[in-house]
Amino acid sequence: MNAPVSVSERLNATGTANALELRGVSKLFGALAALQDINISVKPGERRAVLGSNGAGKTTLFNCITGDFLATSGSIRFFGEDISAFPPHERIRRGLRRTYQISLLFTGLSVRDNIYLSCVGVSRSRFSFLRPRRNDALVAAADNLVDMVHLSDERDTIVSNLSYGQQRQLEIAVALAGAPRFILFDEPAAGLSPTERRELVEILNGLPGHMGYIIIEHDMDVALRVAESVTMMHNGQIFKEGKPAEIEEDPEVQALYLGGVDG
Amino acid sequence: MAVIEDKIGAVAIEPKTWFERIPAAYWLVGFVLLVMPTFASNFVLFQIFGWTFILGIIALSLMFLGGYGGMVSMAQMTIAGCAGYMIAIFGSSAITGISMGWPWFVAIPFALIIAVLLGTLIGWLAVRTEGIYTIMITLAIAAAFFYFTRQNYVIFNGFSGFNGVLPPQLFGVDWRGPIAFYYLTLFWAALCYFAVLYISRAPFGLALQGVRDNQRRMSALGYNATAHRVAAYAFAALLAGIGGILLTWQSAQISPGTAGIGPAIDILVVAVIGGMRHPIGAFIGAFIYVILKTFALDALVALGLSGERFQLLIGLGFLVIVFWSPDGILGLWEKWKESRNKDPLVDRGGDAP
Ligand SMILES: Nc1ncnc2c1ncn2[C@@H]1O[C@H](COP(=O)(O)OP(=O)(O)OP(=O)(O)O)[C@@H](O)[C@H]1O
Ligand SMILES: [Mg+2]
Repeated sequence: MNAPVSVSERLNATGTANALELRGVSKLFGALAALQDINISVKPGERRAVLGSNGAGKTTLFNCITGDFLATSGSIRFFGEDISAFPPHERIRRGLRRTYQISLLFTGLSVRDNIYLSCVGVSRSRFSFLRPRRNDALVAAADNLVDMVHLSDERDTIVSNLSYGQQRQLEIAVALAGAPRFILFDEPAAGLSPTERRELVEILNGLPGHMGYIIIEHDMDVALRVAESVTMMHNGQIFKEGKPAEIEEDPEVQALYLGGVDG
Repeated sequence: MAVIEDKIGAVAIEPKTWFERIPAAYWLVGFVLLVMPTFASNFVLFQIFGWTFILGIIALSLMFLGGYGGMVSMAQMTIAGCAGYMIAIFGSSAITGISMGWPWFVAIPFALIIAVLLGTLIGWLAVRTEGIYTIMITLAIAAAFFYFTRQNYVIFNGFSGFNGVLPPQLFGVDWRGPIAFYYLTLFWAALCYFAVLYISRAPFGLALQGVRDNQRRMSALGYNATAHRVAAYAFAALLAGIGGILLTWQSAQISPGTAGIGPAIDILVVAVIGGMRHPIGAFIGAFIYVILKTFALDALVALGLSGERFQLLIGLGFLVIVFWSPDGILGLWEKWKESRNKDPLVDRGGDAP
């Protein structure tokens, strides 16, 4: 436990390290390079939008960060710690979370139980043989999260009976369980109505300031309201990085993306 | 295996006292089982129900792995057999040259610990595989155990195994007497049954069902799927170990044949016939199996057929069940309930909103 700690490790521990640091990350699917030499640094608390056309490699980027896939090469650091070789659950336990482009919820469970399972997953009661008591801290935490994503009226609803928009909100609550340090949102606004989009923006802007995230978002309007920096991806590569205003005005970006690849 | 997410149940936060939550059927079955010795013969108590409860416990260990974990292990009878051997070796038997004669309160825990260790080891090997490969590897382990015990004379006394393995004479009761043995097995069967039922809604059981339904999702929630599966094998081994000790006491002997390939398959048959969706299926399956095994022979002979046909009968029953209801007798029961609930006007379940 008390092994000598290098200066850089100590600095990392005190929070000067980047929340997320990708160096030369590539991912090959056979001959297809879904990611090519990706370098990204995201500071703690920073909120970043990733934009890019279909098949640009955005979801693959998330999968490599969370360990759903192992990157073919390159290194991934999370708050200074090299997590490149960790299995997904080890990365999650360090405070990383994600949502999925296509919801992966337990559709036979209620809203609260879905969130409860995610609270248990990052707690020590994972292997508990005892059922939760009425005053269980994790049950209370789950209830709080239900309120946080505006699902209080649906607390006991079975997930398969929720509307699509509500399921997307639940995905967010699941990702918020257990005090995450950094979250990856994969197109949380896709398929939502304008009202639901507004609600989503509200939820994201209401997150505690220290909680950074990357959000994949096709809708430039939503992206600009919830992120302070933007990364553009194309064909598995990073094509531009900057402040939202710069990106919007960049002629190359306009030609490639805003020009109307995606409605 | 198909994704059957609707099977994982709700986290129970009990609104009523435990007393009020017990369904009426439990009171009824519990009462009948408790007063059974007042009217049932010794043969029925010892041979039919004693054996049903024991087989039920071992099948329950498979139900726990298969139903909640999606892992079909053919080695549960092997673990039961291991516990049986250990109780003979640590405790007393007619083979005084090998049995160590430890008192029961040392021998039983040690036998169970060894069974759990074996189960954990088997789990550790088996969780790396899936579906048919899990069945193959656990079946291979069962075969290896069978041949090993048959050839090893130093520890397992080879072909003949151990006889004279008796339960302790606790409180001055002969626990192998029909009534005492009936209550002994009933007690452990009920305890194992309720333990499985309880754990299925505790974080460990819920997570196990989550891993079965969607492993990737569970990993993304911070669960270590492999560790959860191995832990499930360890818990299932405890159940199988309890069953194995009782089984050895019932027949007062343990030999390689007790945990051979045949019995290993029988446990699978029992679990499948009953249904793996609910712990009660293990005991329903065990009861049917025991009834068939006890009476089919006489029935066949009475009909002028060879008694050898018993296996054929079991096999046919198995085929029929698997063909009509992959969820066993429980599945049939549920289908019947559903059809009864159907509203003829709107043609859907009566419970629907
Ligand atoms: N598991 C996989 N196996 C093989 N190829 C894959 C796999 N996952 C993604 N790909 C390929 O990698 C490329 C990038 O896919 P990815 O899902 O990352 O795109 P995306 O930017 O998320 O697109 P979208 O906007 O449609 O979600 C695509 O060409 C895709 O076909
Ligand atoms: Mg995608």
